[in-house]
Amino acid sequence: MSDDVASEGSGGSWTGALRRRLAHGLPMERLLPDRQPVYVGSWVYVFGVVTIAALVWTIASGVVLAFFGPQWWHTSAAGHFFNSLHFWSVQLFFVFMVLHLWGQFFMAAWRDGRAPTWMIGAIIFLVSIAAAFTGYLAQQNLDSQWIAANAKDAINSSGAGGFFNVLNFGQMYGLHVMLVPIAVTILVVLHIVQVRMRGVVAPIDAPREESE
Amino acid sequence: MHQEGNRVDNPAAYLHLGFIEISLPNLALVAGMVVLFAIAIVVPFPREGGRRGGGR
Repeated sequence: MSDDVASEGSGGSWTGALRRRLAHGLPMERLLPDRQPVYVGSWVYVFGVVTIAALVWTIASGVVLAFFGPQWWHTSAAGHFFNSLHFWSVQLFFVFMVLHLWGQFFMAAWRDGRAPTWMIGAIIFLVSIAAAFTGYLAQQNLDSQWIAANAKDAINSSGAGGFFNVLNFGQMYGLHVMLVPIAVTILVVLHIVQVRMRGVVAPIDAPREESE
Repeated sequence: MHQEGNRVDNPAAYLHLGFIEISLPNLALVAGMVVLFAIAIVVPFPREGGRRGGGR
């Protein structure tokens, strides 16, 4: 096999097809841009990146909590600190995610082929609620027991109680520290890639040449 | 210390307006978010080099 054939990847393999599609749909200048359209100069566009920053703090503090465990986060000063850091990072995550949602809703950010971006964002919102809920259930204190005892009837009435047992700490903790954070992270990466592929949506009344 | 813990654990005050029922802390949070949203729209974003319009 010559070098030309190896570099062009003209065969029908899925790796070659994926590489060509990425090169066409997401060139590096779009993936890591250093300039943005003039209408992006607004504080409203900052809400999304603040949400991501809060998510980073949430995951980082959660890794520390998972390493040392409930005994540590309930009894030691450092544990209380990281417990609070985790809690307040989540509060900021939800506050700025909702502000980001308001901003994108009022600028109709699903226009011009951006519906998938909007839908992934909506799914992130729903999965984040599951993340917060399992987090409350994983606290290992009276609060989490109270929430679980009240939530079990709602979950059972929905029919999901057979495979989602809120009284099962192991299941809720496993979901909270493993599956749900992975889902949120993957979805957020997808969301950002989609924004990079199509660019930031132009204002509704922007001239056509400026919006392209 | 113990008294402070009890105070924090007390149920929050609630606002009852017809079918609307919301705790005052949650109401304050939502109000703060609305204010922050309004500020983000009104306050100008700093431009590169102080000139108007960043451009591509």
